[in-house]
Amino acid sequence: MEANPAALPPSAASPRAGIRLPGVGVGIGRGYVVMYLSLMVLIPLAALVDKSLSSGLGNFWEQVSSPQAVRSLELTMICSLIVVAINAFFGTIIAWILVRDEFPGKAAVNAIIDLPFALPTIVASLTLLALYGNESPFGIDIAFTRAAVVVALLFVTLPFVVRAVQPLLIEMDREMEEAAASLGAGGFTVFRRIIFPNLIPGLAAGVALAFARALGEFGSVLIFAGGLPDTQVSSVFIRAQVESGNEPGAAAVSMVLLLASLLCLAAISLIQGWGSRHERSTGGTLVMPMAGEMPADSEGEEGDDERA
Amino acid sequence: MSAHSAAARVGSGRGSRWTLRALGLGFLALLLVAPLVMIFFKTFEDGLMPPLEAITSENGLKALKLSLLMVAIAVPVNTVFGVVCAILLVRHKWKGNALIDAVINLPFALSPVVIGLALYLLYSTNGGWFGPTLSKAGIEVLFSVPGMVLASIFVSLPFVVRETVPVLQEIGTEQEQAASTLGANAWQTFWRVTLPAIRWGVAYGVVLTTARVLGEFGAVTIVSGSISGKTETLPLFVSKQFDGFNEPGAYGASIVLALLALTTLLAMNLLKRKEDA
Repeated sequence: MEANPAALPPSAASPRAGIRLPGVGVGIGRGYVVMYLSLMVLIPLAALVDKSLSSGLGNFWEQVSSPQAVRSLELTMICSLIVVAINAFFGTIIAWILVRDEFPGKAAVNAIIDLPFALPTIVASLTLLALYGNESPFGIDIAFTRAAVVVALLFVTLPFVVRAVQPLLIEMDREMEEAAASLGAGGFTVFRRIIFPNLIPGLAAGVALAFARALGEFGSVLIFAGGLPDTQVSSVFIRAQVESGNEPGAAAVSMVLLLASLLCLAAISLIQGWGSRHERSTGGTLVMPMAGEMPADSEGEEGDDERA
Repeated sequence: MSAHSAAARVGSGRGSRWTLRALGLGFLALLLVAPLVMIFFKTFEDGLMPPLEAITSENGLKALKLSLLMVAIAVPVNTVFGVVCAILLVRHKWKGNALIDAVINLPFALSPVVIGLALYLLYSTNGGWFGPTLSKAGIEVLFSVPGMVLASIFVSLPFVVRETVPVLQEIGTEQEQAASTLGANAWQTFWRVTLPAIRWGVAYGVVLTTARVLGEFGAVTIVSGSISGKTETLPLFVSKQFDGFNEPGAYGASIVLALLALTTLLAMNLLKRKEDA
């Protein structure tokens, strides 16, 4: 924990020092990176944008505003909001007990948090159906309902908030809490006034990531919630349109999801920029793959300095 | 950590501590542990044979092979890209770095179905930008292996970069400078100094990439057409067996994927420990 990358003085990684790309020139390396990203990511997305707009904005709007498309987008949006609210609450509690509590089996609990990152979504869907479908051992049958959509999304987005809040809790300075407590503040007051404000950047970034993931989730919803008109989230709707040959419809709704993803990424980037300006602890060391460190922290984005 | 030296601790009251524990662990039990136990229970409900038969069936084995082929191509390709890209982002200032960084995050935030559709529209032989030309040259991308490889690469692209960048920042450049002062050329410095220093970070990224490629469903389902025995990976096989009311088949393939997922978790934990050490 002593080596926090965000705390390194910028000069430690001065651009002229250290390894140059071995063997090949920087120019060739850059060309390769730009080509690779263009071919793998940007050109396919450009094709999607082109296809969705190729028959005119009017047609695009017609596809997006068709009753089924609107219904699926509304359902996706509402379920995602519910899911991130629930996961923000439980995710913070879980991060809390993992950092501040001691109990047997804590290491195992910490390890299993990442299960949704590792388990294929279609497997998750199958087993959620077995658990909370008509053969449920708990007697809870929510299969093919909107509740199933929510549960499936809760499963896949669980790690985001936990992994974004955890490093902040680890690095948090305990002295302020102790001072507040010694001045007579109760446990809940200390949490509300001291701890929670410090967690907000991580919490916000985790929520934004979870929201982006929930908006586009497909596999985990498919078997468990199905594609009934009432439970058809946007990604399931898109696939149904592809299968029935309505490519413009699929492309139009995809454009909406693409824009929503871009907005989420922009939000995360703003939150992290804000967080690292106010408190240089957001680039913590325990940050998990898709959680906190997703957007470049200040050192990663050196190009910015030159532009400014 | 000074956890025990704190005079007053929030949530240290007996009642609130047990409430938080019960809430957090209860949520995890219902949402994560129960499903995991359920996969094993359902798979072996009727004994060992039905799932074993499903996974050793001709199409099951072909699906397994195709999944491994996806890993064998997408993981090395994204690993080389990831390391080169991370070095460029961390060690070479450039105006375009911010943009590259933003593009790399895209696959995390995009729906796999949207990714699949983008590839589908690009390589469609019916009006795609690349499809007709490639088709004339005898290369079929959609509904065959190349399209599935492209989808796998797209969805798993960010992991190695994201895991390598912070490690590169952390190690700094002193040792590299020392090596080059002592006369090592760039290749020697990379292989003998930089790579050993970042290896656990890269390995962590490789594990995440592998897990993502093995489990990918949404993007691959759109571009592959899910033709049994031809363009069916394990997750597609699970889905198809379920649709065909062959539950033992679906669970047989699921258990293989679940075991791979548990191996992934184990590897992630071991690597995290090595990285921190």
